[in-house]
Amino acid sequence: MKPERIISFPHLGDYYIPIKFLLNKLTKLKVIESPPITKKTIELGSKYSPDFVCVPFKYNLGNFIETLENGANVLIQAGGGCRYGYYSEVQEKILKDLGYHFEFYTLVNSNRITPRSFYQTLKKIDPKISTFKMIYYSFLTILMIRYMDNIDDFIRKNIGFETKKNSFLDLKKEMLDSYTKCKGYLSLTKRYFYYKKRFKQLEINKPKDCLKVGIIGELYTSMEPFSSYFLEKELASMNIEIKRFTNVSYLLYQKSLQRRKNLRYIEKYCKYTIGADGMDNIYRAKYLIDQGYDGIIHIKPFGCTPEIGAIPIIRKVCQDGKMPIIYFSFDSQTSETGIKTRLEAFYDMLQIRKG
Amino acid sequence: MNAYLGVDIGSISTKGVIIDDSNHILASSYIWTQGNPMKAVKTLMHNLEKQIDKKKIHIIGVGTTGSARKLIGTMLNANVIKNEITAHAVGTLSLYPNVKTIFEIGGQDSKIILIEDGIVVDYAMNTLCAAGTGAFLSSQASRLGVDVEDFGKIALTSKNPTKIAARCTVFAESDLVHKVQMGYQKEDIIAGLCKSVVSNYLNNVGKGKKIKAPIIFQGGVSKNIGVKKAFEEEVGCEVIVDENGHLMGALGVALLAKKSPIKTNFQFSIADDNFETKGIECHKCSNHCEIICVSRNKQLIDAWGNRCSNGDLMNR
Repeated sequence: MKPERIISFPHLGDYYIPIKFLLNKLTKLKVIESPPITKKTIELGSKYSPDFVCVPFKYNLGNFIETLENGANVLIQAGGGCRYGYYSEVQEKILKDLGYHFEFYTLVNSNRITPRSFYQTLKKIDPKISTFKMIYYSFLTILMIRYMDNIDDFIRKNIGFETKKNSFLDLKKEMLDSYTKCKGYLSLTKRYFYYKKRFKQLEINKPKDCLKVGIIGELYTSMEPFSSYFLEKELASMNIEIKRFTNVSYLLYQKSLQRRKNLRYIEKYCKYTIGADGMDNIYRAKYLIDQGYDGIIHIKPFGCTPEIGAIPIIRKVCQDGKMPIIYFSFDSQTSETGIKTRLEAFYDMLQIRKG
Repeated sequence: MNAYLGVDIGSISTKGVIIDDSNHILASSYIWTQGNPMKAVKTLMHNLEKQIDKKKIHIIGVGTTGSARKLIGTMLNANVIKNEITAHAVGTLSLYPNVKTIFEIGGQDSKIILIEDGIVVDYAMNTLCAAGTGAFLSSQASRLGVDVEDFGKIALTSKNPTKIAARCTVFAESDLVHKVQMGYQKEDIIAGLCKSVVSNYLNNVGKGKKIKAPIIFQGGVSKNIGVKKAFEEEVGCEVIVDENGHLMGALGVALLAKKSPIKTNFQFSIADDNFETKGIECHKCSNHCEIICVSRNKQLIDAWGNRCSNGDLMNR
């Protein structure tokens, strides 16, 4: 008898919940999520990765190793328009060399994800998936992600001002648990509106002229809090309202819809896309200036080429708009103290500027 | 009379000042940290204590800055614990209200602070690379067999500074060894080193920043007159080095302690208490956070380093 097939995937913030939901609904395979990212994950990942690869690769590889150790034997990886596009091949090779046995599937083959390629890959994983079910649950999952991102936007705006400690995160956890139990569109939407109302009822103490900071930059460090040393949490503890653009909804459909509009908005600075989210971040910098934000934090993994290309342009945009901006590069070796010191100084600077 | 204490604990040196209500420096001290910030602060307290009249002066605010600010802040029960960038800006602005640019090169890091109308508008800090910091200069000084204090004077005697690769400490060092073996004069090499510190600083920390006069240069390396001269040649205007330049961080944080609405009761006898730190590894999850526990007279007063509430030793 063939051993049971167990499917798993790397972490990205809270998105393991919708991914797990989708896989559970579609396939007959047992789904397990990778163990939560800890220092051990990144140690394992760095140990077997090329030293100069960008840090998300190391986190993903660490996730894969830990989940393989837990018994997974079918792995999924996405891909993207930068070095991310090579992750799957290289990681598969590294893991095979380490002596693990598994099947490996890549969702995004050529630069972007299309419904067709997604369908074909899923069919390869489990040929018994029905087309109807796939369409039904894929859109349901996309909707769930959309709802999660909407709530996250609300949380980022307000969490720095909560009067009861952890009230936002506790409610979020409850909401995510409830999402996994939903059966269809109606039950999901009902849950969303129920929790949206409850989030609005949470008590906050938010001054009108609070500091507002936008986070822009590379997608993985934006979305996986561990990889940015919990930057957003740190900002919230300083009573700052946070705006972040990158989330999975954005990457899935908003990005391509907005491309032309965004390019027109920044035509003075940039005339074509520069790979991954580079152009988007230039747009965001300008947008944040025009919206009257107090500061911008640009984050990226060390050596992230699209962002390195975008930084000089962003710098020019910020000089023209007199916008304070700091840049952080994250790697597995980054000193946490250095980040904290600069972040504190950034906060002081914004505070004094605001008067 | 009320007074405020500011302590700046860097990797190499520890600085302390006591100021009064009108921002005059009543006492100051500058000593080496020697890898033991707690001991250094105790010595510092004894030095400061001797300079003031304890019956008349009451210290009601304590501020700490520098890389050991948290540890020493806990030890001294400080009401303000501030990062060194803000502290330096505040300190410098109190003496030079119209300064536009602050260069700071310390033992382990270097920073640049840009100021417009008395407000910090931009800054950068170099924490990755040791080239162009005090530690680099002093290790090269010992390689050349010169006291680092004499470095500046020797550099000024050079008429033809040697070019030294400035990109990175390792390259600079091998380039320096090479130049020595080629037979270059020692003073030319030393002047070249000072130049390389400056070009490294301007290319790394000062990259993309608009440097405007008046410029103040501070930190341990500012005492090196050779580096000061190299800076002036490079930026093309006068670079001011204040005689109290090394105290700016401590002064700044003392001023911040003065401004703070929270007051603290500080006694010099704290220097005689028995402080201990202990690093323990938390095994409650696979993060294995290293938690630092600070105890005073065998009693735990603070602990930090945990990422989650599992390692929260204080609330248990």
